[in-house]
Amino acid sequence: MRIGDFKETYAADEAVFRTPTVRFWLWALAAALLVFPLLAGEYLIYMANITAVAVVGAVGLNLLTGCTGLISLGHAGFMGVGAYTSAILITKFGVPFILTLPISGLAAALCGVIVGAPSLRMKGLYLCIATLAAQVILEFTFVHWESLTHGIRGLNVPAPTLFGLSLASGPAFYYVIMIVAAISVTASRNLFRTRVGRAFIAIRDRDISAQLMGINLFQYKLYAFALSSFFAGMAGCLMVNLLKVVTPEQYPLHLSIQYLAMIIVGGLGSILGSILGAIFMTIVPELLRSALGLFQGLDPQIMSYLFPLQTVIFGALIVGFLVFEPHGLAEMWRRAKAYFRLWPFEY
Amino acid sequence: MSAPILAVENLTLAFGGLNVLTDVSFAVQPGQIFAIIGPNGAGKTSILNCIGGFYRPRQGRVLFDGQDISRVAPDKRAALGLARTFQNIALFRGMTVLDNIKLGRHAHLRTGLLPALAYWGPAQREELELRREVEETIIDFLEIEHIRNQPVASLAYGLQKRVELARALAMRPKVLLMDEPVAGMNLEETEDMARFILDIKEERDITIVMIEHDMHMIMDISDHVVVMNFGQKIADGTPGEVQHHPEVIKAYLGEKQQR
Repeated sequence: MRIGDFKETYAADEAVFRTPTVRFWLWALAAALLVFPLLAGEYLIYMANITAVAVVGAVGLNLLTGCTGLISLGHAGFMGVGAYTSAILITKFGVPFILTLPISGLAAALCGVIVGAPSLRMKGLYLCIATLAAQVILEFTFVHWESLTHGIRGLNVPAPTLFGLSLASGPAFYYVIMIVAAISVTASRNLFRTRVGRAFIAIRDRDISAQLMGINLFQYKLYAFALSSFFAGMAGCLMVNLLKVVTPEQYPLHLSIQYLAMIIVGGLGSILGSILGAIFMTIVPELLRSALGLFQGLDPQIMSYLFPLQTVIFGALIVGFLVFEPHGLAEMWRRAKAYFRLWPFEY
Repeated sequence: MSAPILAVENLTLAFGGLNVLTDVSFAVQPGQIFAIIGPNGAGKTSILNCIGGFYRPRQGRVLFDGQDISRVAPDKRAALGLARTFQNIALFRGMTVLDNIKLGRHAHLRTGLLPALAYWGPAQREELELRREVEETIIDFLEIEHIRNQPVASLAYGLQKRVELARALAMRPKVLLMDEPVAGMNLEETEDMARFILDIKEERDITIVMIEHDMHMIMDISDHVVVMNFGQKIADGTPGEVQHHPEVIKAYLGEKQQR
């Protein structure tokens, strides 16, 4: 039960993490993430890396789709733009990895603004189709602009370095990814403490009255597209430097849909939801695979039946979420907290 | 008489062949409570929509503070000092009461995209100052302290109307357009709202233009009344004057049968 929780200044009441307990657990999480690569093996670090990249991408998509209400099927395309920008700058121009990180973001943001420009006139399904077109065009470009992207063979990238230090090993790059993810999450949380974030939510909830409240719809919709694709571009840049290769089939429509699934499962319009959704969608398929792998000993043939089963179970899990918890994992977390706030009393 | 704060001149609005407003003109003096009344479908809300910029009239001008705003976009009009509440509440349902009110101040805040991401220095100071001001001049005034952190979707109708008024006040308006502020309220809630409207006029120098069907309230608190019927202005004067105007009686009660 939470007691003695009162504030004396507006600043204290406006803080994101309001109680000492919450701040303690936050530092504990930071410490755990810090020592994680010292204890975990190569495989677990790799999983942590791709999860954190997914967090960056999902936070970006949630800004656009969850918070501003503009649905996008082009998110993977924007990640691809970031990935190719980074790969091309590194291989053809020798730009250091760390510089390509913001440049990839900006390149993707530029694409996002161009794709987002019609959004003043389009909503819902129509915008969905427009962004789908963007995804297809971008994919086509990755495959066919051979001189720049090397087509379906893709581009190989050398191991990234930072100020002369090699980031070739999983653990070293882990810290880079975690810092970028932490900054992304903090920045978008901050956004919703100010007028810009409030304007996004107002546009989602009721765009006409948002305009009568003094919000320039076009400007803020483009802000949302630019920010969302900026995060996507950075996620793409991290991905290509993690995998050391970029090919067109890494950023298909399928991935865009997967990101939409992440923010729906996690919780639309919630930053915590983006994080939880990204973790869920990245880790659960792996858990299912290893769980089903336990049956392998029984009969060598069994895997040929079980392998497709993991996709079925995963799909069923998502449908289950949509039916029983449409507000996602973030809402479950909020309810659990609300329960323990009064525990052990009922009310 | 001083110069009007808000005036509409020869406003004409049509949707296809349907004439919604025909040659409507009136002027609102600063500090007035200005009421627009009339039967359903008379074009009252359309007038507010033309003033707010949501509709573009076919003919006529809207003058605000001496300036022709007929070609100004709705969001720019809000920044000039025109605030609006709606007949069927138009709050942002996904936000808390506090955030809804803070959103009203949008046009007067300066924080850009990058400072917002950092929430540092001026951006943070601006937000904290806003919070203090909203708490001390709006939430306290409208007596909604107890619900400030609740999502608006969970509130009762009367409270939602009050939050909408709070949001409009946060816009620092010179003129407040209210579309049926007491529709669907019981007597006690209506009296509360009438008291708030009078206080807003007297303490904050805000001119109020309101549409209302509650005749008791109109006659009690308004300084000037315009009566609309079928898109035309049929009467214009103090509450006492319009009450006895033959056209008004005809519009509301019908004509005496000829024998």
